[in-house]
Amino acid sequence: MSGINRRQIIAGAAGALAAAGLSLAPAQAANNAQELIKTFTGGKPVTEGKVKLDLPEIAENGNTVPMTVMVESPMTEASHVTDVLVLADGNPNAGVATFHFSPASGVAEANTRIRLATTQNIIAVAKMNDGSFVTTSKQVKVTIGGCGG
Amino acid sequence: MATAVKPRIKLDRKEARKGDIVEVKALVAHVMETGQRKDAQGNTIPRKILKKFACTVAGKQVFAADFEPAVSANPYIQFKFRAAESGKVVLTWTDDDGSTIVGEETITVT
Repeated sequence: MSGINRRQIIAGAAGALAAAGLSLAPAQAANNAQELIKTFTGGKPVTEGKVKLDLPEIAENGNTVPMTVMVESPMTEASHVTDVLVLADGNPNAGVATFHFSPASGVAEANTRIRLATTQNIIAVAKMNDGSFVTTSKQVKVTIGGCGG
Repeated sequence: MATAVKPRIKLDRKEARKGDIVEVKALVAHVMETGQRKDAQGNTIPRKILKKFACTVAGKQVFAADFEPAVSANPYIQFKFRAAESGKVVLTWTDDDGSTIVGEETITVT
């Protein structure tokens, strides 16, 4: 019985969190994520794919969330990734980090640990040397926010 | 101050063949204060983060990053580079106040 209760409580809590995340989402669209993407791409079209974000689905502690971003690319002089912009659309400031690659990088992959204030989407936009842009996003549920409110 | 900080750097190999992919992991102690938090008196704690990171191998830049306050305290960074020539692997972090934290490793490429 206690097991069922506990499960119900956890399910309830997760539901409440999800609801909070959803209801907060429109309000937080006011953070500067879209402007930053526009500045980064210069208004050029951005296509989905080729970029992979590796993040936990549920982050217990928003203070330090491991994040890996990878971009499929041969990383040769002819075809490589130059910059990758990582954004968090629910943080007070959307910017998380920008990674700069070159053919000398060999692989367009970087890992760091980031702070997330609340449940939100992480967006990665990669710029290729030919001027095209690719993007991906992933939602992370955060149990305890990381901005020290 | 920042000069006392010694970053921890690890290469997954010290010797590599030309063209091999070498992985670098680095951790540096830093508060990465966001500028969002308030102290007990309600005063905003001023922002203090490492805003730039760069890695050069034998003098040539292989990777760089710009950090925002959303990067966790004691920032950890992991990336890879393609071994091209022997030399020093120099990692540099630049603070908001302009001071730098520098760490070095050596790679031998055959």
